[in-house]
Amino acid sequence: MALLEVKNLEVFYGMIQAIRGISFEVNEGEIVTLIGANGAGKTTTMQSIMGLIANKKGTVIYNGQDITKTPGHKIVRMGMTQVPEGRRIFQQLTVYDNLLMGAYTMADKKQIQQDIDEICTRFEILGQRKNQIAGTLSGGEQQMLAMGRAMMSHPKLLMLDEPSMGLSPLFVDKVFDIIKDYHKSGTTILLVEQNAKKALSIADRAYVLETGEISLSGGADDLLNNEAVKKAYLGA
Amino acid sequence: MTTLIDGLSLGAIYSLIALGYTMVYGIAKMLNFAHGDIIMVGAYTILTTLNITGNPYVAIAVSIVVCTVSGIVIERLAYKPLRGASPLAVLITAIGVSFFLQSIAQLIYGSKSQSISLPDFGKVSVGGLEINVNTIITLVVGGIIMAALTVFVKKTNTGRAMQAVSEDKGAALLMGVNVNRIIMITFAIGSALAAFASLFYLMQIPSITPTLGSMPGIKAFTAAVIGGIGSIPGAMLGGMLLGLIEKICLSIPAIGPYTTAIEFSLLIIILLVKPIGILGKKVREKV
Ligand SMILES: Nc1ncnc2c1ncn2[C@@H]1O[C@H](COP(=O)(O)OP(=O)(O)O)[C@@H](O)[C@H]1O
Ligand SMILES: [Mg+2]
Repeated sequence: MALLEVKNLEVFYGMIQAIRGISFEVNEGEIVTLIGANGAGKTTTMQSIMGLIANKKGTVIYNGQDITKTPGHKIVRMGMTQVPEGRRIFQQLTVYDNLLMGAYTMADKKQIQQDIDEICTRFEILGQRKNQIAGTLSGGEQQMLAMGRAMMSHPKLLMLDEPSMGLSPLFVDKVFDIIKDYHKSGTTILLVEQNAKKALSIADRAYVLETGEISLSGGADDLLNNEAVKKAYLGA
Repeated sequence: MTTLIDGLSLGAIYSLIALGYTMVYGIAKMLNFAHGDIIMVGAYTILTTLNITGNPYVAIAVSIVVCTVSGIVIERLAYKPLRGASPLAVLITAIGVSFFLQSIAQLIYGSKSQSISLPDFGKVSVGGLEINVNTIITLVVGGIIMAALTVFVKKTNTGRAMQAVSEDKGAALLMGVNVNRIIMITFAIGSALAAFASLFYLMQIPSITPTLGSMPGIKAFTAAVIGGIGSIPGAMLGGMLLGLIEKICLSIPAIGPYTTAIEFSLLIIILLVKPIGILGKKVREKV
């Protein structure tokens, strides 16, 4: 069953149309990736699904419910959230308070503490820096925090917008390992990436976005071997 | 010494008002120029309730409710429709709201100043000093309110969400925060603080006019900028500093008449030396 279904989505910035009627779906249990060059419209797509951009046409269905007009904070409570592009952690709060913010929709205090302990084990660096102001973390560490923070709300579907952007190769590998791992523990993933090779290597299916339109889609392995994809996105 | 205590007590009033400016600025990124007039609303509410009930405690309670509700209604009707509009449009609207409130007060109460008699607890002597009990009340209650607010912002979910919204609305929304609700709560808290400020103000100057809120409003705004607009400890520090400077200047006959000029000069100097204010945080530009 499709957990997320996007139908004929169009998004506008004023007069400019950034997304030109795209449709795609994410099935429960999958890792789906949306790849495309800089400016193709990946972030716009992600943000409009979460209700961060209001000016859109089309339909977004999550878990059988039409959420096209649902405010973003309610979507989070329904079990879908996002690690935004550029991480956007709360720079002036401590690592610990950032994690607590991630648990804003959770009521069970004991569970929250347990989750924080678990995340501090999953990401040792966060455990060591619990009381540090988040803005003082390195880029890679901030990405860990952004992912840990999103996990605090126990999403059924987690979207990640270019989680490997600007990171050293070591951290890039780490980020993809964490996504694979988190997926195994039962979360559906929608991953946006410019690093197409890495994204396709962990994904089940993929869509290629080109200037606001989906130009290609299919199984991740098929796309990895597709000549056009190889030329345009895999640098071969 | 008495001057110092008077200064701190006046400073507590400025701080309470400055907190309203700074919190709303931090979270809604707007200068709520009508905030000073909430003090006036509070003052007339105290006057009217006192005339009807004769009980100053009922009066202050009613005033808190009226100010809080006014803050929420103003935000809903005047500012919320302008979310995302240009800062200039919002600023002009805020000035409009300010005139609107003053005109309403003038229609109801006229423009003549009205006097009010609040309970006077007289003076006590502490270590040989004669101090007004009202001054002490202002200082102590003001201090307690500010301490409570600090704990609230740091330790509660709603307070943490306020900090998150002030830093990044979009990211806060991704945490499940209802940003509009947080903005509303911020206006409510700021206006409730203004109700306390109006009570303490009347305890020092027991006369009310429709423009009563303007001067303390502008001074408190100055205090908020001096302390670093958007910063809660900054508003407290700025308010205290301004109160002290005002009372000290007034106590020296040679410079007393220039007090207000000195206060605003201080603002200019601070802005020249440290444009973000004493405790202001640099806002990192988002790319
Ligand atoms: N806030 C905005 N206002 C106007 N145009 C925008 C805005 N954000 C993005 N765009 C435009 O929309 C298109 C898609 O951008 P984006 O979704 O950020 O692409 P991607 O995430 O794939 O790099 C680009 O042409 C970009 O210039
Ligand atoms: Mg992007």
